[in-house]
Amino acid sequence: MAHHNFDRFAAGPLWHNGPTPGGIYNFPGRQVEDSGRFQERSKQPITTGTSVIAFKYDNGVEKGVAIAADMLGSYGSLARFRDCRRLCKVNNQIIVGAGGDYADFQYVQSMIEQKTIDDECLDDGFSMKPRAIYTWLTNILYNRRSKMDPFWNNFIVAGMQDGEPYLGSIDKLGTAYEDNIIGTGLGMQLGVPLIREAIERKPLMSKAEAQQLLVHTMEVLFYRDARSFPKYQLGFITPDGVTISDPLYLDNQKWGFALYKK
Amino acid sequence: MAVVEPFAGSRPMEANRFSPYSDNGGTVVAIAGEDFSVIGSDTRLTVGYAINTREQSKLFRLSDKTVLGSCGCWCDVLTLTRVLTARLQMYNHEHQKVMSTPAVAQLLSTMLYYKRFFPYYVSNILAGLDAEGKGAVYHYDPVGHYERNHYYAGGASSALLQPFLDNQVGLKNMTNATKEPITRERAVAIIKDAFISAAEREIHTGDAVMISIIDKNGIKEERFSLRKD
Amino acid sequence: MFRNQYDSDVTVWSPQGRLHQVEYAMEAVKLGSAAVGLKNKTHAVVVALKRASSELSAHQKKIIPIDKHLGMAITGLTADARMLSRYMRTECLNYQYAHDSPLPVCRLIANVGNKMQSSTQRYDRRPYGVGLLVAGYDDQGPHIYQTCPSANFFDCKAMAMGARSQSARTYLEKHLGEFPDCDKDELIRHGLRALSDTLPNEVELTVKNVSIGLVGEKTPFSVLDEQETAVYLTSIEHEERRGGGGSSGSKSSTSQATGEDPQDPEVAVAMETD
Repeated sequence: MAHHNFDRFAAGPLWHNGPTPGGIYNFPGRQVEDSGRFQERSKQPITTGTSVIAFKYDNGVEKGVAIAADMLGSYGSLARFRDCRRLCKVNNQIIVGAGGDYADFQYVQSMIEQKTIDDECLDDGFSMKPRAIYTWLTNILYNRRSKMDPFWNNFIVAGMQDGEPYLGSIDKLGTAYEDNIIGTGLGMQLGVPLIREAIERKPLMSKAEAQQLLVHTMEVLFYRDARSFPKYQLGFITPDGVTISDPLYLDNQKWGFALYKK
Repeated sequence: MAVVEPFAGSRPMEANRFSPYSDNGGTVVAIAGEDFSVIGSDTRLTVGYAINTREQSKLFRLSDKTVLGSCGCWCDVLTLTRVLTARLQMYNHEHQKVMSTPAVAQLLSTMLYYKRFFPYYVSNILAGLDAEGKGAVYHYDPVGHYERNHYYAGGASSALLQPFLDNQVGLKNMTNATKEPITRERAVAIIKDAFISAAEREIHTGDAVMISIIDKNGIKEERFSLRKD
Repeated sequence: MFRNQYDSDVTVWSPQGRLHQVEYAMEAVKLGSAAVGLKNKTHAVVVALKRASSELSAHQKKIIPIDKHLGMAITGLTADARMLSRYMRTECLNYQYAHDSPLPVCRLIANVGNKMQSSTQRYDRRPYGVGLLVAGYDDQGPHIYQTCPSANFFDCKAMAMGARSQSARTYLEKHLGEFPDCDKDELIRHGLRALSDTLPNEVELTVKNVSIGLVGEKTPFSVLDEQETAVYLTSIEHEERRGGGGSSGSKSSTSQATGEDPQDPEVAVAMETD
């Protein structure tokens, strides 16, 4: 079974017979080191993003997928980076959102961008659909976990597939599933039940209502997730295309429930 | 620089070590009759105490005569079934026919054993019709040992369900039991009962059951709701 | 026997700017039995004439399924076609494996074109001696593609190739306007009529010598079996034979089809760029 060469994204030697980035230099004439790579494998994420949440909405007139992620890059417990965009537009029908290690995400993002560019260069009218990206990412993450060198991320692929909303999730092992509501990290524990309940109450949701629900969920997550941040972005994928908002702020916070609030 | 994973909280650093495997729960049960097979799986996909999704069938239709039920480490399940599907299409092209159930059974075993020292952490049950049109159920361990049987339960609730099947399908430990071929209706009913009971006692099993009934006319699918808590 | 001093290698140009070896390879396609491809708005069809090399042998397979959304008729060296079909199947399988979606037809054809081109530019290779008529279906609808040994490929509304195929092309050109709006059954009948125009007078289309491949919207590519083929053959049975037989087609292929001693082909222009 010939597999796609996912390693074409890996950097080659810096110069002829030189070391690869992160690798060590082998003196000419010496036996080349087995792996040629000296680096440690990732055993933990460094700068991390927390939850991403997304759900499909459809009221017969408006349909699409709503997705949100805050903009904090945590360094352990330190709220270190405050402008980390974790939603990225892939093409006119797909947004990928990521949690987990931010450096890994940026690397994967560059792979996705390269793939989109390759697609556009062919200029044959075909662009990737969300399920194709989802499956491709699943392969990439699974291959890396099989080398015991995972991309330490959770990805959410949101998009429109043949006119219908599409939503899928992949974790660092390559565990992948599709669903109508998806949250990663604490978003799965706190966000998803909230959204599910709201959708059960009102199954036919407009885009405006979806946005309202999403903002509310982000607010609740901010109250309880210690690695979250009140600055966030919203993304929408509709039949008309993709929009990702400028940074927004949770400005209607209600801290009345807090016992020792002054 | 001690950097901890968010939410790791008071967990010891040991817990942060990367493991390529995860247990995503799920249960598969299959029963073979004279001229049919029934296979069912729950649709709950879990990781630890969290539910990823409630709508993930673990049945994979490989042909009009063969269905694979696969659960355990879900990323391995996805990869294994995708490679298997590709292998079946290659066979299709090379031989211009659909692979028979016993041949799929052998192929699956070979594929599992090929990863003997970095196994697919997966519990497989293969159900279908053999060359004579008789119902066939094969079950596997993660590294390729396999065996044909009349019934089998695999996955999270296998320890709960196998004795139940031994009694109800295999008619073991019964006095004065008359051995006669199991009917389709009874096989489906037993599978539903098995999952209802498993969902009561085992948290990684629940939400719904997908059932595939395989006979000479093809595959019929059925969905049956379980408790969601 | 026709030859000249500039055809000893595939890499040798003639002073007129032609690659004779490539042009000879184009002739190999004309020796194979005919194949016709056409499409409407939802389906693409290939029909092909199968030959038996002798009374004792079965008919040679002419239509090769590649993937669920794609298959092709072949004309020329069948052994070369097998290599290409294996390559195409692998490409489709890899794309399907990595993306869980079928490989767009135009991308596959472009890859095949690139593969075929490489053997027209090296002295130690020879061009593939086979023409492909690919019927595929993807998000942009049904497609008929033709590829040549010269590694050219064409996106076609309808096309015929192989022995005496000029008559079929005449038929296709005449009825081109009817194809887009006819249903799939009528499309197959058009294909069969075009194919029957390539036959010499004494030969008839039968379930043994005809092969029909169909693909379309929600219709995975399949080669129709003899029963299904018979239905379509019966439905055009009593139509009058049009003037095809014998009057057209290139001289060399006519002689091949009528069983005269084979002769070396005359040269045709490989790069039909006009």
